[in-house]
Amino acid sequence: AEEPWVGRRFGAEFRRFSLDRQKPGRFEDFYKLVVHTHHIANTEVTIGYADVHGDLLPINNDDNFCKAVSSANPLLRVFIQKREEAEHCSFGAGSLSRRRRPLALREDGPRRRTHLHIGLPHDFRPVSSIIDVDIIPETHRRVRLYRHGCQKPLGFYIRDGTSVRVAPQGLEKVPGVFISRMVPGGLAESTGLLAVDDEVLEVNGIEVAGKTLDQVTDMMIANSHNLIVTVKPANQRNNVVRGSRASGSSGRSSDSTASRHSLPAAHVLQNLPPDEMESDEEADVVLEGVLEPRLAPRPPPGSLTRVNGAGLAPSLHSPGREGSVQRLLSSLRSDPRHSLALPPGGVEEHGPAVTL
Amino acid sequence: MMKFRFRRQGADPQREKLKQELFAFHKTVEHGFPNQPSALAFDPELRIMAIGTRSGAVKIYGAPGVEFTGLHRDAATVTQMHFLPGQGRVLTLLDDDSLHLWEIVHHDGCAHLEEAIHFQAPSRPGFDGASGLPSLAHITVVLLVAAGDMAALGTEGGSIFFLDVPTLTLLEGQTLGPDEVLRSVPDDYRCGKALGPVESLQGHLRDPTKILIGYSRGLLVIWNQAARCAERIFLGNQQLESVCWERSGHTVVSSHSDGSYAIWAADTGDSPTAQPTVATTPYGPFPCKAINKVLWRSCASGEHFVIFSGGMPRASYGDRHCVSVLQAETLVTLDFTSRVIDFFTVHSTRPEDEFDEPQALAVLLEEELVVLDLQTPGWPAVPAPYLAPLHSSAITCSAHVANVPAKLWARIVSAGEQQSPQPASGASSWPITGGRNLAQEPSQRGLLLTGHEDGTVRFWDASGVALRPLYKLCTAGLFQTDCEHADSLAQAAEDDWPPFRKVGCFDPYSDDPRLGVQKVALCKYTAQMVVAGTAGQVLVLELSDTPAEQTVGVASLDLLQDREGFTWKGHERLSPRLGPLPWPAGFQPRALVQCLPPAAVTAVTLHAEWGLVAFGTSHGFGLFDYLRRSPVLARCTLHPSDSLAMEGPLSRVKSLKKSLRQSFRRIRKSRASGKKRTVAGSKLQEANAQLAEQAGPQDVEVTPVQRRIEPRSADDSLSGVVRCLYFADTFLRDAAHHGPTMWAGTNSGSVFAYALEVPAAVAGGEKRPERAVEAVLGKEVQLMHRAPVVAIAVLDGRGRPLPEPYEASRDLAQAPDMQGGHAVLIASEEQFKVFTLPKVSAKTKFKLTAHEGCRVRKVALATFASVACEDYTETCLACLTNLGDVHVFSVPGLRPQVHYACIRKEDISGIASCVFTRHGQGFYLISPSEFERFSLSARNITEPLCSLDVRWPRGATHIRHPRAT
Repeated sequence: AEEPWVGRRFGAEFRRFSLDRQKPGRFEDFYKLVVHTHHIANTEVTIGYADVHGDLLPINNDDNFCKAVSSANPLLRVFIQKREEAEHCSFGAGSLSRRRRPLALREDGPRRRTHLHIGLPHDFRPVSSIIDVDIIPETHRRVRLYRHGCQKPLGFYIRDGTSVRVAPQGLEKVPGVFISRMVPGGLAESTGLLAVDDEVLEVNGIEVAGKTLDQVTDMMIANSHNLIVTVKPANQRNNVVRGSRASGSSGRSSDSTASRHSLPAAHVLQNLPPDEMESDEEADVVLEGVLEPRLAPRPPPGSLTRVNGAGLAPSLHSPGREGSVQRLLSSLRSDPRHSLALPPGGVEEHGPAVTL
Repeated sequence: MMKFRFRRQGADPQREKLKQELFAFHKTVEHGFPNQPSALAFDPELRIMAIGTRSGAVKIYGAPGVEFTGLHRDAATVTQMHFLPGQGRVLTLLDDDSLHLWEIVHHDGCAHLEEAIHFQAPSRPGFDGASGLPSLAHITVVLLVAAGDMAALGTEGGSIFFLDVPTLTLLEGQTLGPDEVLRSVPDDYRCGKALGPVESLQGHLRDPTKILIGYSRGLLVIWNQAARCAERIFLGNQQLESVCWERSGHTVVSSHSDGSYAIWAADTGDSPTAQPTVATTPYGPFPCKAINKVLWRSCASGEHFVIFSGGMPRASYGDRHCVSVLQAETLVTLDFTSRVIDFFTVHSTRPEDEFDEPQALAVLLEEELVVLDLQTPGWPAVPAPYLAPLHSSAITCSAHVANVPAKLWARIVSAGEQQSPQPASGASSWPITGGRNLAQEPSQRGLLLTGHEDGTVRFWDASGVALRPLYKLCTAGLFQTDCEHADSLAQAAEDDWPPFRKVGCFDPYSDDPRLGVQKVALCKYTAQMVVAGTAGQVLVLELSDTPAEQTVGVASLDLLQDREGFTWKGHERLSPRLGPLPWPAGFQPRALVQCLPPAAVTAVTLHAEWGLVAFGTSHGFGLFDYLRRSPVLARCTLHPSDSLAMEGPLSRVKSLKKSLRQSFRRIRKSRASGKKRTVAGSKLQEANAQLAEQAGPQDVEVTPVQRRIEPRSADDSLSGVVRCLYFADTFLRDAAHHGPTMWAGTNSGSVFAYALEVPAAVAGGEKRPERAVEAVLGKEVQLMHRAPVVAIAVLDGRGRPLPEPYEASRDLAQAPDMQGGHAVLIASEEQFKVFTLPKVSAKTKFKLTAHEGCRVRKVALATFASVACEDYTETCLACLTNLGDVHVFSVPGLRPQVHYACIRKEDISGIASCVFTRHGQGFYLISPSEFERFSLSARNITEPLCSLDVRWPRGATHIRHPRAT
C-alpha cells in the first residue's frame, strides 16, 4: 500500500499482502507470515500498526491483532522494527508528538527498561492522570487530560459561581469558576477525576482568580492539547490520604496511568517557568513545496494542489535515528479525516500533502 | 547586542528605565463629531464654541487645534451651556437640575478645561416652603446677567431665581414669583390661569437691569430687576416656544407652538400691549409644527435676518429637520438629514455697534455641525476644519499611513480642493477662531483612511489634533447599483415651496450594501491604492492630477477552483459599468478584479514595486498582476466540510440592518408621496421579523452562563477565511537566495507561503517587461493550535521588520539586512511565534491566551523612539486584546514589555475599529462618529496644546453688578 518513495527514504522495504478481514487468525501465525515475507526470521522484531488516529500501536497478541485488522479501512499499515530499536520509541499516542529535545531524565531511561522489561503497559493510551500530589494541598487535585489523537471531546463546561474562602476576618465569599456540566462519553467524564461543581483553581499552573469566565475558557482551550486543571473537588471524600513523610514512596507523585512522560511534567510544573512546561506540545506542521518554478511546468489553475502534493517528500528528509516513523505519522495524523484510512482515490484527488 | 538585551528577564533596572523612556500610555484627543450632542454655546468675545452631549461631555473648540474636553462626573445630559463672555468659563445645566461652572485654566502655559464648582438645585418640596414660594425644581432656562456674575434661573413653576455665579449660591430675597408678575397683568388676561413655566429669559445688551421673560402661556414681560417692576407687558395668547430681543431693545420676536412667530414693538404703544405688530405663520396655512427657536438679527442695510428652526407644515414635511433663514424677500429652508439641536449666529456683540451684522450661522445637528457664511450671497456652507463627520456614512474599515511624502500629500490636497465646490480656504472664513494652537508643526504627515458603507474612502489629515478632511474617493460610480437615487428624482418633482436646500453631508442611507469598503491599502510612494469591498470587488487605483475618461479593465477570479458541492447563497457580484467613464482628478481606477463567489474581501495587500495585489475572502485568496491585468494565482482555502462559508453572509445583524435601512427608506418615501403604501411583506422581512423576535429577551431561557471547553477542530465553520496577506522579499527557497514571496494566513491557523517569480524591471524603467509573474507554493505551515492568523511579518537579519516596498530602494528607510538570517513572525489570535527562514522552525514564541486568557484582536509592528536619546529606537509588536488591553512585546524576543487598559472590554466595536500607527499611536471608535487617539509611545504624542487669552476677573469676581452701578 505504501508509496515507494517512503521506502527509499527510510531504508526500509515494503510488502503487500492480504488477510481475511473476518477471520484474521492468530497472532502467532501473523508474526510468522510477516517474518517470512520479509526474510527476517533471525531477527527479533516488534510489530505495530497505525490506527485511525495515526498512533502507532503494537500488535503482540491475538486481541490487538484482531483489533488492528478490524480497523483497517481498507488497508492496514503494519510497521516492523527491530526489537531494540523499537524500545527507543515507545508505542502510544504520546510517542508521536513528544518534544524532540531529549530531556536529561530520559537519556538513561530506555536502556534500563530494555533489561528489566518492567514497563509501561504498551497497549494503552494515557487518558488522564493526577499529578503533583506531593506539592498541592490535599483538598486540591491537579488533573492532566491527554487529548492527542483522541476523537473524544474534552467534554465539560464551566460556569461562574461563588466559593467560600477562609480569610483573616472569617469566611468570605469570592467569585470562582466551577465545572457546570460533563458531556456523557466525553474525556473529562470518562476519567472520573473531574465532576460537576468542582472549583477550577488553576489552568496549566496559572491561577484563575480574578479572571473572567471567558478568559478561563480561552486559557483552557489554548491549552487543550495538554490541559492541566487544578480543581478543588466538590466531593472531598475521595482525597488521597498521605502517609507520613518517612514512608518515602507515598510522598511521591502518583500517576494513575503511569504514563512515562507525565513524570517529567510533574516536576516541570514546580520547577520550570510555564513556557517550558509543554513537554508534550504538538509542533506546527511545516510542509515544503518544490521551489523550482522555471523547471516545473506552471501548474494550470485548479491543479495547484499538485505542486503541493509533490512537496511532501522533501519534508521528511532528515529523520532522526529514532522516531522517523512517528514523524511521518505525526505529519499524516494532523488531519484525521485524511489520514491513513482514506481510500486511495481521495488521496489521489487531493494530493497527500494538501490536508496536512 | 540586541539579542543579549532581549534575553534579560524581568526586573533589570536598566531595562526598566529604558522602558519608561520608550513607552507611556495616554489617551490624547478625540477626533470627529461628538456623539449625541445636546447643547451648544458660543462666546463671541473669545470666539470659542462649546458643545455638550447626552453623556455629560463638554467640548470647547476654537481655532483649528484649540480643543478642550471635560466630562461631568454624572453621565447626565447637558441641556444648556452659557459662556461667561471673555472669561473662558462656561456654565452648564444638566438634566438632573445641577449647574456646573467650568473654567479654562492655564498650567505651564497650556490651557486645560476644569470643573470649578457645581450647584445642585435643592429639589425637596420643603425648600422655601415657609415663605410659600415654589421650589427651585426643574430649571427650564438660564440667563447670565451682569456680565456673567449673576444667573437668572427660570423654572417649570414659573418662578425666576437668581444665583451668584462665582460662588454658585442662591441670592435669597431676589426670587421673582409668577404672582408678582401677575399683579401687573390685567384681570381679564389672568382669568385664574397660571402663567406656566418660564420658557425664555433674554437680557438686554446695553441695560443689564432689564430682563425679558417669556412664559409658556404666551405672556411676555420686560422686567426691571433693579426697580423690581414690570416695564412692559405683552399679552400673548399663543403657547410660547422662544423669544428674541432685538439688540436695540425696540423689537421683541416670539415664536409659538403653532408654527407662527410674532413681532412686538417694545418702544411705542401702551403697556400692556395686547396685539403684536406682525404675526405670521411662514409655512401656513395648513397646521404647522412649533418654531422651537427664533433669532432676529439686524443689518445696516435695514434688511434684518429672521432665522428659526421648525415650523414646517405638519402633514407634508413634519418629519424634516429644517432651519429657515429669511432676509427681506429671500427665504431659504435649510433641509438637514438629522435633528436640529441648536443654532447661533456669529455677529457683533459690542454694545456700541448699532447693528448685529451677522457673519455666519452655525447649526448644531444631531450628527454634524453646519456653518453658513451669511455675508456671501447665496449663503454658502463653510467647510469645517474640524468636527469632521466621520460617520457621514458608517465607517467599515480604517487604515493609517505614516510619513506621507510631501509630494503625495500635495497631490491629495489638490485633488480634494478640486473636488469640493469651494476651495478649502475654510481657515480664513471659519468664524470660530478663538485661542492659539501651541502644538509644534507635526514632524511628519499622517493620513487616516476610512472606508465607508456607501463605497467611499475618505482621506483625513491625522497629523495634528484637528482631523481635517482632505479628499473623498467614491467607488460607487464604477458600478450599476440596485437603487439609483429614487429619492432625489422624487424630490425634483416636488413643488418649489418650501424652498428646500439640502445642507450637510451626513447621509446614513447606503444605496447598496455591496458597495461597502472592507479593506484599503495605499502605497505612499507610487500613489497607487487598492480598495476592496463587500461583494468581492478589488479595485486598483492610481492618483491622477487631471480628470480623465477611461475604460476600466475588469477581471474575475474564481477562488473556489472548481470545488464541488458548494452553492453560494449570498449576494450577487456588482455589475460594473462598461465603456469609458469620466473620472475626476484624484484616484482613478486602473483595474477591477471581482472574486467569485462574491464574498466580502477579508484581507488585501499591495506591492506597487512588483505590480501585484493580493486579496482574500472567506473562500480563498488570489494574486493579480495589475500591470499586465492578469491573474497569477487563485487558491481555495475552504475546508471540505465547511459548507457554512459557502452560503453567503451569515450575519443576521447585517440582514437586520439592511431591513431597517429599507424600512427607513420606505417611511421617507411614503411620507414624501403622502400616499399610503401597500403592505408588501417580502419573505425576507418576515424572516427578519422572526429573527428579531427570537432575539428578544423575553424568549431567552434563564440558564446560568456556561462555556464549553472544546478545542478548535479543523472543520469549524469559516475556517477558510483569509485573515492576512503579506508580501516580502526574503529567503523562502534556500538560505542563499532571496526573492519575492507572498504569505497568506487563514482563520484555521494555516499559513501559505508562495515564492514569486517577478520579472525584473528594465534598468531605469518603472514598468516591468511583459512577462508573466509566476507563483509557486513554497511552504505551508499549520499552526497546531489552529487559531486564526492575524498578522505575518518578515524580520531581517537584525530582527527588524522589512521596509515597505520602495522604501529601501528610494533610500527612505534603512536597507534591510539581506545577508540571511531572516525570520517570519506569525501572530495568531492566541500566540506569537517567530520562525527561522528558509527552514521554518520555531525560534521564539509567546502564548498570550494560555497565559493571560485574552485573545489577540489587532497587532502591528511599531517603532518606539526614546525620550531620552534622539536616535534610539526599538521596533516592537503592539497588540490589542479582546479585553481591550494593549500589550507591547519586544521583537524578535517576544518578551512582554508593558501593557495598559485601553478600551472597555464590552466595547466590541471600539476594539474592532482599532488601528495602530507605525510610530506607536492608535485610533479607535468611541462612538460611530468619534475616534479616540491614543499613544503608546513616550515620545510620539499628538495632543492638544493651546492657550486662550481669557480675561478672568480673579479679584473682581466678588464685586457684584460691576456694570449696573
